[in-house]
Amino acid sequence: MLHLVPFIPALPFGGFLLLTLLGGRLSRRELTWIGVGSVGGSALLTALIAIPFLHGLPEAPSYSGRLWTWIDTAGLTAGMGWHLDALSLLMTLVITGVGFLIHLYSTEYMADDEGYRRFFAYMNLFVGSMLTLVLADNLLLLYLGWEGVGLCSYLLIGFWYRDPANGAAAQKAFIVTRTGDTALAVGLLLLFMELHTLSIQQAQTLAAGAWPIGSGIATAVAALLLAGAVGKSAQVPLQVWLPDAMAGPTPVSALIHAATMVTAGVYLIARLHGLFVLAPAVMGAVAIIGTVTLLLAGFSALVQRDIKRVLAYSTISQIGYMFLALGVGAWSAALFHFLTHACFKALLFLAAGAVILAVHHEQDIFRMGGLRRHSPVVFWTFLAGAAALSGLPLVTAGFYSKDWILWSVWSSPQGGRWLWAGGVLGAFLTALYSFRLVFRVFFGPRRAEPAWTPGRATRIPLVVLAALSLTVGLFEIPSTLGPVPLFSMYLSHALPLLHEPAAEDESSHEAAQQTVVTMASLAGVAVAAWMFLGRRRALETVASHPIAGAFARLWFDGWGFDRLYARLFVWPWHAVTREGTDGFDLLYDRLAGAVRSAHYWLTVTQTGQVRWYAASVALGALLMLVLAL
Amino acid sequence: MTAHALIVAMILFVLGLAGLLARRNIVYMLLSIEIMLNAASLAFIAAGSRWAAPDGQVMFFFILAFAAAEASVALAILLQLSDRFRTVDADAVSEMRH
Amino acid sequence: MEFLFYIAAAVSVIATARVVTHLHAVHALLYLVVAMMALSLMFYLLGAPFAAVLEIIIYAGAIVVLFVFVVMLLNQGPLTVEQERRWLPRGAWLGPGLLALLLLGEVAFLIAFGSAVPSDVGSLAPKTVGLSLYGPYIIGVELASMLLLPGLIGAYHVGRRLARGDRQA
Repeated sequence: MLHLVPFIPALPFGGFLLLTLLGGRLSRRELTWIGVGSVGGSALLTALIAIPFLHGLPEAPSYSGRLWTWIDTAGLTAGMGWHLDALSLLMTLVITGVGFLIHLYSTEYMADDEGYRRFFAYMNLFVGSMLTLVLADNLLLLYLGWEGVGLCSYLLIGFWYRDPANGAAAQKAFIVTRTGDTALAVGLLLLFMELHTLSIQQAQTLAAGAWPIGSGIATAVAALLLAGAVGKSAQVPLQVWLPDAMAGPTPVSALIHAATMVTAGVYLIARLHGLFVLAPAVMGAVAIIGTVTLLLAGFSALVQRDIKRVLAYSTISQIGYMFLALGVGAWSAALFHFLTHACFKALLFLAAGAVILAVHHEQDIFRMGGLRRHSPVVFWTFLAGAAALSGLPLVTAGFYSKDWILWSVWSSPQGGRWLWAGGVLGAFLTALYSFRLVFRVFFGPRRAEPAWTPGRATRIPLVVLAALSLTVGLFEIPSTLGPVPLFSMYLSHALPLLHEPAAEDESSHEAAQQTVVTMASLAGVAVAAWMFLGRRRALETVASHPIAGAFARLWFDGWGFDRLYARLFVWPWHAVTREGTDGFDLLYDRLAGAVRSAHYWLTVTQTGQVRWYAASVALGALLMLVLAL
Repeated sequence: MTAHALIVAMILFVLGLAGLLARRNIVYMLLSIEIMLNAASLAFIAAGSRWAAPDGQVMFFFILAFAAAEASVALAILLQLSDRFRTVDADAVSEMRH
Repeated sequence: MEFLFYIAAAVSVIATARVVTHLHAVHALLYLVVAMMALSLMFYLLGAPFAAVLEIIIYAGAIVVLFVFVVMLLNQGPLTVEQERRWLPRGAWLGPGLLALLLLGEVAFLIAFGSAVPSDVGSLAPKTVGLSLYGPYIIGVELASMLLLPGLIGAYHVGRRLARGDRQA
């Protein structure tokens, strides 16, 4: 069974090829079968592979294989090889499972789109690339997948390319992530120069032996890798592309810009944790970046009007939590949050898509309202997603993952009280903006007449994801509530545990910490209800205050990062290029002129007579022999 | 004998060169080219046999393959030329000039 | 054996001189065949029997026959001798002859006064040549095949007769 692993990415790639090469001749029904079926088959295969893998887990924590040698030259060997362990299996399960549900949803969401075939071709290519990324056994192949998902992200953000704004958003996403990708490439080259291997496992073993903790080279490599992860995962300071990336179709936002691709940075750091533990300074930077990001994005999410932009900022914020967990060495907690986040954020996006369709492609939440009665399925699933996002205690998955992260931050030696306080404030903000969305969209007076009701292909993914959002947290229950450490046991086969299981005296701390986090979440919901339910007088009082207004504008613009970057990078560049003739132009003009006149003189010899040419060759030979004499 | 063979090769080569430059009829120019190729073959074989190395003869085979390809294409061009311009005079067809 | 070589060399030089100076195309071709026979003999004497055989088969056999066909197609018969005479005045030989002589002189100088050229001659079995051809020179064989295929296609494409409308007046 386990030797079938290469077929997991091969199926979506095959779907992409089929849709691209002969999609023009297929009917809409066949397109759907290929587009959804390839990812569905991949999900089924992953599930089938997971069973024997889980059975053999304690004895055989990983399986590797190699299809063929890709590059073998001058010391650089890279194969089309795969490495399946607990970490990559988790990623694969999420990518194929959530990916399949989103593909299913897309059949209805994109049903009337003229680019139906193109959409599924790109989506299949994305799933294939993402699977390549997580299953790769060497860094070069991982980088191939990394760039592949970046390309698909670009293609799908600009999917409705007739609107230039969408194209601009796609380019922005591509260029900003490219900044990080370049750093990642430099990091990989540096790693290869130092260790002469690109194998992920081997590199970490070698690095642990060769580089002392905190050494310059380890810090440099880890920092460059972190820059790549920051770009891909939309963390400060490269977070500016993700809100604009919402220009793409909603299933794309759900799959690429919430569930899978943006967490590639989290995967990269977890996969290469052996390198990051050698650079404590970079680990600290990861934690600080995570905290700063989750707060900045949380504040921005509070004041957005576009439903998808709220969710985008929320995604940035939640990935900030994952980075925070990674930064304190709580690898499993970060990946647990990745798992729950993939479920509830995909759910929120899909439900938001259903809402958007219902109100005639309107995305402004100020023009929605009272949609509770129109479609109960959408309302209840969205509510489940929002509750999970807010981390409402005990019943939602988000509670367990967020609590684990914050407890790790509190108790880990690398953590700190300030980081923890930031996380708790973030939890409050998360609950506030989540329920602001719920109250704005589903409660209050109805402002738009809903037209569209979701069909079966929409309802099934919503219900399945809602169920997962509520239950998936039960895999890992903290010791204060009766320990169920299934998830951490599972991941301990691939990632080291943070610390020894909590001693007796710590559990009272843990309970107190949990109470604080829970109170923060509940307070967020309560404030949201106070401000956005009913007459909303409190909101008007706050909004009319000049200082609050200024802050709201700042947050609405995402803290002005776009303007800052325009001034720092775009304007100087424009200023340089706008000048007509600079020194370089002059140089190239001269060069072109010289070539042109030389060309003129040489064409004089072009007589068209074969015998003249032959004589020229003979004369040349004569001259060469004279030189030889 | 090698030195003499090389000198003979050189004599043949310059005869071919002189023919190529002096004749205006393209048929003779092509014949001259064949002569020059033969002269080169002779030089290669002479040198190869001097060093008892197979490389000289290998080069001869390559020259042979080249000459076959060259002759077939050149003669096809010649036929086309005489068909279009009603002449085999190399000086008469000089339209590809600056 | 030595004198055979010199006789062949003399024959080849004289025949070649006749090829480039003759006015009748078919006669020139016959001289070319003679020159190639002489060359083939020289190859044999230089210890390259396989090359000698190929010289006869491919050069004298195939390529010259190709020339004969083309000469027949072009009607380069006795009628064109006069034209050739017109095209080839005595003076036309002056420049090329000088150039060729210069070249000859230089190379002769190089051969005579350059590093000494020993004169022993060994014989090489065709097997050795074949092993070398398909061993270290395999890339050359591939390149030659790549050359011959476009040669074939090019000759077919260029050589086909034009439709009447395409001809220039």
